[in-house]
Amino acid sequence: MSLPADIKADFPVLRQQFDGTPLIYLDSGNTSQKPQSVIDAMANYYETANANVHRGSYELAVRATAALEGARAKVAKFINAPSTSEVVFTKNATESMNLMARAWGSANLAAGDAVVISEMEHHANIVPWHMLVAETGIELRWIPVDADGQLDLTDLDRLLDGTKLLSVTAMSNVLGTLNDIPRLAAAAHDAGALMAVDASQYVPHLATDVQAMGADFVVFTGHKMLGPMGIGVLWARAEILEAMPPFLGGGEMILNVTKEGFTTAEIPWKFEAGTPMVAEAVGLGAAIDYLSELGMDNVRQHEVELTAYAMHKLTEDHGEKITIHGPVEPSARGGVLSFVYEGESGEVHPHDIAQVLDQAGVCVRAGHHCAKPLMSVLGANATSRASLYVYNDESDIDQLSASLHAADELFSF
Amino acid sequence: MPGLEDLYREIILDHYRSPRNRGELETPPAVRVDGFNPLCGDEIIVYIDVADDGTISDVAIGGQGCSISQSSASMMSAAIKGKTVTDARSLISAFKGLMSIHETDIGGDGSEAEMGITDDTFSIDNTDDISLGDLEALKGVVKFPVRIKCATLSWNTLTQALDEAQPV
Repeated sequence: MSLPADIKADFPVLRQQFDGTPLIYLDSGNTSQKPQSVIDAMANYYETANANVHRGSYELAVRATAALEGARAKVAKFINAPSTSEVVFTKNATESMNLMARAWGSANLAAGDAVVISEMEHHANIVPWHMLVAETGIELRWIPVDADGQLDLTDLDRLLDGTKLLSVTAMSNVLGTLNDIPRLAAAAHDAGALMAVDASQYVPHLATDVQAMGADFVVFTGHKMLGPMGIGVLWARAEILEAMPPFLGGGEMILNVTKEGFTTAEIPWKFEAGTPMVAEAVGLGAAIDYLSELGMDNVRQHEVELTAYAMHKLTEDHGEKITIHGPVEPSARGGVLSFVYEGESGEVHPHDIAQVLDQAGVCVRAGHHCAKPLMSVLGANATSRASLYVYNDESDIDQLSASLHAADELFSF
Repeated sequence: MPGLEDLYREIILDHYRSPRNRGELETPPAVRVDGFNPLCGDEIIVYIDVADDGTISDVAIGGQGCSISQSSASMMSAAIKGKTVTDARSLISAFKGLMSIHETDIGGDGSEAEMGITDDTFSIDNTDDISLGDLEALKGVVKFPVRIKCATLSWNTLTQALDEAQPV
């Protein structure tokens, strides 16, 4: 099985032309495009079911509540969560991380406790911990990244000694490196720590099983997996969520409020203060339906094949000039290709590459990819990054490669 | 969509490939300020040496970044070297005006006169290899809004350096 040959037709944004040039979207690691079915599902929700949830007694409100909770059930099934009540909706993965750091952290971390992260983390899995270092005096420890773009686990046991939480990405948004989460989770548990996983780059691209990961927390976002912006997920084991204090306070998250205080609602609503993003949840549910129809194994196979083609094509066309960071073996990585380009007259800066590529309708990201500590390890201020998804094909890669020649030419003095 | 020739003018590429005043100055007596563009990670280091009479006696530029940020820094260094701090501040204002004229196009007619940007604004004493024309080459940057921050990074950094060297 493979993906449908005419899959691009499902994505309206890809049908547009910019000045007569077809759009070649290679920035899905940043955000993905949306299929018509997701756009339609969100519009349909507003046309047929919009009301506030969990409070109206009329039929329309029942539909809205069913839409929200139906989306939650789809998410739970998609990641093989043991219970729907373990799926907390947030604004995005960053908010999920902050919810975890704040709510779980405030009850479980004190001065001197350690949290371990890695050098390949996105800022979303760095800054919330820096904030706790400043506020409560926890210690932040780092798993180093080696020259091949892999975690260096030589000192893992020492790093985990006295640690309360290990929080690591399942797939690097810069290198594409796939980390061995079950192994890391086992090591964390052996050391008495919990395991948190930033799966923002993983859930959109590989079949995800939070139980097989051995994780205690998993965070990801809807907009990188064909869903809308404005919805993210925090999954955590029920007993952990039960024991955690709430994050934001307000409506929806309470059982009772008096002048003396309040009692919280049951999980997951305990963590969902205020009117939730119902249409976005519906959109995420439609994205999950779309991905499930494609089959996540087919999605993964397509991306491994296209990544292999891209690495071969770029290396064949540009030889020594191009350096692609991260694992060499396509099956050991995601479809994220961060590269630096050494032209005839020195390095062509990623911003300049992205600018020249844009003239040919090719969208790539240039910069530090919200991973400055990793960039420092790589010895680069910035890289160009092409990231692939279901709607990309070999012709997109061919256009990328051809446009890189144009950038090289412009900056050859 | 504007063409690349609007952005990558020959004079810009010239300053990029042969940056002027590249290097470091000893601090003190020089002032050093590091400027960052948090969006892309570009970094510009501006060193200035201000003499007792208020003249910028020396300037050096460090750091790394794209062709626009580097060439803008190079042109800036050539334009302010030997000028007074007051003249340099005027030039900063003029340059920022150049960068923002087209940002406000949506409202008025965006003419230079209306925005108070006239040739007089640029009538600083030009010596060396810099002229009004050189800085004008960066005008095309405003057609690429994402790159305005690249072009202004060194100028914002210079403002901080001037403030440190000679508080207003």
